[in-house]
Amino acid sequence: MSAWIDGVLVTLILTNLAVLGSSRLNACIRIIALQGVVLGLLPILVGEGAPTIRMTLLTAATMGLKGAVFPWLLLRALRVAGIRREVEPFIGYNWSVLAGLLSLAASVWLGGRLPMPETARSSLVGPVALFMIFCGLFVIVSRRKAITQILGYIIMENGAYAFGVVLLEEIPVLVELGILMDAFVAVFVMGVAIYHIQREFDHVDVDQLDTLKG
Amino acid sequence: MIEPRHAAPLLALALAPLMTGIINRTKAFFAGRQGPPLLQAYFDLWKLLRKGAVYSRATTWVFRAGPMVGVATGAAALLIVPLGGEPALLAFPGDILLLAGLLALARFFIIAAALDTGSAFEGMGASREAQFSALAEPALLLSLAALARLTGGLSLSDLFRDITPAAWVENGPALALAAAALVIVFLAENARIPVDDPNTHLELTMIHEVMVLDHGGPDFAYVLYGAALKLWVLGALVIGVLVPWRGPNPWANLAAVVAGLFVLSVAVGVVESCMARLRLLRVPQLLTVAGVFAALAIILLRR
Repeated sequence: MSAWIDGVLVTLILTNLAVLGSSRLNACIRIIALQGVVLGLLPILVGEGAPTIRMTLLTAATMGLKGAVFPWLLLRALRVAGIRREVEPFIGYNWSVLAGLLSLAASVWLGGRLPMPETARSSLVGPVALFMIFCGLFVIVSRRKAITQILGYIIMENGAYAFGVVLLEEIPVLVELGILMDAFVAVFVMGVAIYHIQREFDHVDVDQLDTLKG
Repeated sequence: MIEPRHAAPLLALALAPLMTGIINRTKAFFAGRQGPPLLQAYFDLWKLLRKGAVYSRATTWVFRAGPMVGVATGAAALLIVPLGGEPALLAFPGDILLLAGLLALARFFIIAAALDTGSAFEGMGASREAQFSALAEPALLLSLAALARLTGGLSLSDLFRDITPAAWVENGPALALAAAALVIVFLAENARIPVDDPNTHLELTMIHEVMVLDHGGPDFAYVLYGAALKLWVLGALVIGVLVPWRGPNPWANLAAVVAGLFVLSVAVGVVESCMARLRLLRVPQLLTVAGVFAALAIILLRR
């Protein structure tokens, strides 16, 4: 079982690094979809005993939303708004990947110092959750386009979700559904916002937002 | 009495050029051709060794030393790389670094020999080789460090003795990452396809073949033979991680590893048939990925 958890965690790390190193928006969106699906498996693997029906349903909802609905929304926004498919980073791909590796080392160090509850099966879940939050932040600040900000937001949300898996024995359904709903609405609204930004300014370059005058 | 660890380097000296033959046959099969005979590399070596060498007046002893150092370092590396879980002929703590050093020495002399000709074309290849190997070397060292961390051995022989099916069950993800890094280094260092295309002799994006254009006759035979030995040495590292079965009979283990090397050659041929070479600008990214894989393996093992 532990090897499976490790496999899932390594996949999560690799998907994050792949997002940092990828130069195509389409590819980034698909990788994050894969990340959502893999992340959905985590509660079942970490949990004690056989998965309950409730848990299975929640997992299915998470995987469906993150693996199918989000990418569909984002790819649609990309197509409708006619956004060019390059990522256009402020920091190059190689340096981004190295920065990701550094933040992974930092999270492992930090995760070792944080007191973790006994329920955590694998000592790596905490560091990986932290790493995903750092990665999401990094994607938000180091990329030029508005759509990559949504991607960074989704990665951060995934990280927070992974953190919840470590900290809590079992998350109440209501809370879980609330978070999922929030994430869904956020992605939906941001998709619409991007369309409008693109139509208004002919680009989605957030770097130029500070030239706006009130 | 002759033991497997005595036989391993001799076997390598004899069979290394065969790997090139297998790769070429696999590529020919995929292209629907019959391809050169399996022993073509040996025929080439024999033909080149009987020829005379021509040296430009612009070159110095560095140019003549390059190919010989290539073969010598390859042969020296064979002595410390174990095959099939048995200790190698020479084993001491820290021979991991010696292996990296030997590879670097060979590379340095090949690059110096290329620069010594004064040809602009060869200088280009030399600069690329230097750039890419500077990125491949950390990846190689990091993945060996990951394996050393896992097994607690500082000698290649200890290291590969302790990579067993049990180790794979316990630390599968970390071992898989280290193996992936080693495979990328293996392809890059041997100038195989995602990094360099060994078929295109006179293209401006060539790396390895460009550097040895001015070598002829026996010198070129040494270059080819040195490259074959390097292919065998790095392949033995990859197979040492990927084929962890250790039976009671050391001869059977040795045979399994040699068979593994031939399967690896077929795999290289398949990769070369299915993929195009990466754009030159993307190669550093591939090598960074290898380094990241290895670093990730170390982080996984640190806990």
